[in-house]
Amino acid sequence: MHRKSLAYPYLIWAAIFIVVPLLLIVYFSFFKDGSFTIQNYQKFLEDYYIKALIRSIELAFISTVICLVMAYPLAMILSDKHMTNKQIILLLVVLPMWMNSLLRTYAWGSLLENNGVINSMLKAVQLAPITFLYGNGAVIFGMVYNFFPFMVLPIYNVLCKIDPSLIEASYDLGADKVTTFRKVILPLSMPGVVTGIVMVFMPALTTFLITRLLGGGKINLIGNIIEEQFTRTNNFGFGSAVSMILMIIVLITLAFMSKKDSLDKGGGLF
Amino acid sequence: MKKLTKAITMLITVSLLILSLAGCGESKNAITVYNWGDYIDPEVNDLFTEETGIKVVYSEYANNEEMYATVEPGNVNYDILFPSDYMIEKMIKKDMLQKVDTSKLDNYKNIDNRFKKLPFDPEDSYSVPYMWGTVGIVYNTKMVEDVVDSWDVLWNEKYKEQIFMYDSERDSIMVALKKLGYSMNTRDEKELEEAKKLLIEQAPLVLAYVGDEGKGKMVNGEAALMVAWAGDAMVMMNENPDLAYAIPKEGSNYFVDSIVISKASKNVEAAYEYIDFLCRPDIAAKNAQYIGYSTPISKARDLLPEEIKESEVAYPKDEVISHSNMEMFNDPSDIVELYSSIWTEIKASN
Amino acid sequence: MISFIKKSYVVIILIIMYAPIALLMLFSFNNSKLPIWKGFTLSWYAKMFNDASIQQAFMYTIIIAIISSFAATVIGTFAAMGINRMVSWQKNIAMNITYIPLLSPDIIIGISLMMLFSVIKLPFGLPTLIVSHITFSTPYVILSVMPKLKQMDYNLYEAALDLGATPWYAFKKVIFPEIMPGVIAGAFIAFTLSIDDFVVSFFNKGAGVDTLSIKIYSMARKGVNPTINAISTIMFSTIIIILLVMNIKVNKKLSKSQTK
Repeated sequence: MHRKSLAYPYLIWAAIFIVVPLLLIVYFSFFKDGSFTIQNYQKFLEDYYIKALIRSIELAFISTVICLVMAYPLAMILSDKHMTNKQIILLLVVLPMWMNSLLRTYAWGSLLENNGVINSMLKAVQLAPITFLYGNGAVIFGMVYNFFPFMVLPIYNVLCKIDPSLIEASYDLGADKVTTFRKVILPLSMPGVVTGIVMVFMPALTTFLITRLLGGGKINLIGNIIEEQFTRTNNFGFGSAVSMILMIIVLITLAFMSKKDSLDKGGGLF
Repeated sequence: MKKLTKAITMLITVSLLILSLAGCGESKNAITVYNWGDYIDPEVNDLFTEETGIKVVYSEYANNEEMYATVEPGNVNYDILFPSDYMIEKMIKKDMLQKVDTSKLDNYKNIDNRFKKLPFDPEDSYSVPYMWGTVGIVYNTKMVEDVVDSWDVLWNEKYKEQIFMYDSERDSIMVALKKLGYSMNTRDEKELEEAKKLLIEQAPLVLAYVGDEGKGKMVNGEAALMVAWAGDAMVMMNENPDLAYAIPKEGSNYFVDSIVISKASKNVEAAYEYIDFLCRPDIAAKNAQYIGYSTPISKARDLLPEEIKESEVAYPKDEVISHSNMEMFNDPSDIVELYSSIWTEIKASN
Repeated sequence: MISFIKKSYVVIILIIMYAPIALLMLFSFNNSKLPIWKGFTLSWYAKMFNDASIQQAFMYTIIIAIISSFAATVIGTFAAMGINRMVSWQKNIAMNITYIPLLSPDIIIGISLMMLFSVIKLPFGLPTLIVSHITFSTPYVILSVMPKLKQMDYNLYEAALDLGATPWYAFKKVIFPEIMPGVIAGAFIAFTLSIDDFVVSFFNKGAGVDTLSIKIYSMARKGVNPTINAISTIMFSTIIIILLVMNIKVNKKLSKSQTK
């Protein structure tokens, strides 16, 4: 009852529904009308596609940094002994998903618009209204909002697992709070930070809904380009090629994570 | 953690209860209908089932291309679809539709002659018109002082960051082509290049390229000008009396969404009954009132409330519609890649 | 003072997370189809009970979530147990495969499965949706069960076997109680992800099988009908109420046992 064969059903499932479909994408990206071609990849070299990729990386990077800066203190507060109630925290973070994410992102649109709730509040206290929507700022906000939980959870998890005696030892040896944080807590929490960074960066890099709902359609990211190939242009070959380029980025991050051992050292999601 | 177990068990019980109440028995006599989102009065399907005993399995899509992408691989069988003009042309070419014998439809005679023998289906052998409309400019009379009668207003620096364009390559390029005086169905690469430059030039003035969310924002006074369908304009003007609608003098797009029977349909008889039902004046009127778009059936139009029936937004004068600069889209299959790269380039210029 | 700052930080983040939800609930009572406040009404709730297509979408959403989260939990739990027993290199491969769907963009999972189903000519419909949901949610179950297995003292299981327990009995009595919290958290997450998913479902749906997410997206041309807000409000409130009731019951039990 406790053998590795227990994993076989899953591995077969994964082979059929994860590995084979990815191989199909590889196939479609290299074949056009039945013959081998690299045309689909060449097409991506147009400067506006490259621009879109660079912009996607920029925006995903900025939102990851913001998520990290906001999530780390939160995770520290939550992992404090007095506040520890893992289940409730997990629930609070996961519960918003019970309200459809399309609807929620849509709702931010009406909260943030020029005549929206937030600007009306600013006006009421005699402040100048701010244009939040329709641009990079709004897209970054949407990314941070949607993917924030994936940064909090892993960091929170590693912080909970740090042995308090290590921190005490550091104080006993005369280190102040900042030094203890820098020399003890931060290095020990690195696996969680790495997991968090990856879990935020990847979906942010590839979103197509957030740009559409909050970016006012002015920003076309790599996800939008893929989506367009499959739903509007019907150009499966090019869509697959762009997907492959993204998958290569995924695999590089995966290799990076395995190397850092963030998966095994408690940097998991839960 | 136990509470979670209980929570989940309870949730499952509750949902199973709801399921059993809703009753999802598959009856043999059923048709599958694939329509635009929110493009029918929900009561109509129930009425149809009540009258004929035929169950309606109903699904929705967001745009023609999405519908096509779902239907084309052939492993989903829909009976009834509601493509627009150019998509019907494409589907006829691809042999995806069944011929419709209009003599078998008692209510087909109700359809105005203006909507028969349209260019995408010149013999009326595949499609029955469902709704139609025009594309124009919705503007806020409190924010726009100029007379709005031309696409030029969308390039006026005065309205910087007060313009909503439609987030679709075809509709936006249409606007630019029309402003330049070209046909919106042009295949001339030079003309398309000009249109692209024009749209790149316009990009800094545009507040956003919107989908539906633009409607609520226009009503709210978020922007002054918006490219919109007449049916949506009706809904917006109803909510905010400061809004008005104009079809630019350079011409525009007018579209017809029609009912067709998919080649894969197995229940053709029921499909005929469904189409006939939708063409009945009282049912067509119910739909037109719910959706806000214009019905091609005059008898149905007569049943509508005065303010809709007489509206020149929903039912523009014949001379406007029949003018040669009002065009319908044709099948874009041959230029879809060019359009897509033009659109990416416009977006990348931001 | 510091504790006040800490608390306010948590509160501010919670407000940001829940603000749009409050707004959506508010608009389910709004007397207008557009998101502009025009007075209170219950008509969207009444409409919800008359709108068969929304009820159907709700039904499919729940059916898919129940079946896929159940299957993902079973497959995932056993997979985690199996992977845990593997030698290091096998474990590495298995975990990397598990991480692929977690890291790959939704859109790639969606289209790659769509291509697979098209190639093998499996008709799109409920089965394709369920299969695709199981595929993207199983890794979350595995990751949620894994840490519990690592914490568990494996000797206990051996001891049970030595004392004559059958492997199944030992699993039921020793392993399962230990990993239970991880299993339930995994199931809950799988269920939630399934309800919330749009992208993967969008590419793998079939005739007449729309989930709420697809329904919301397809309404984009005509405007999201507040009936959707109404049904979402009910779903959200139901889960909150259930969790609260459970919480109160457990607290009562706790305080009772403490006073005794």
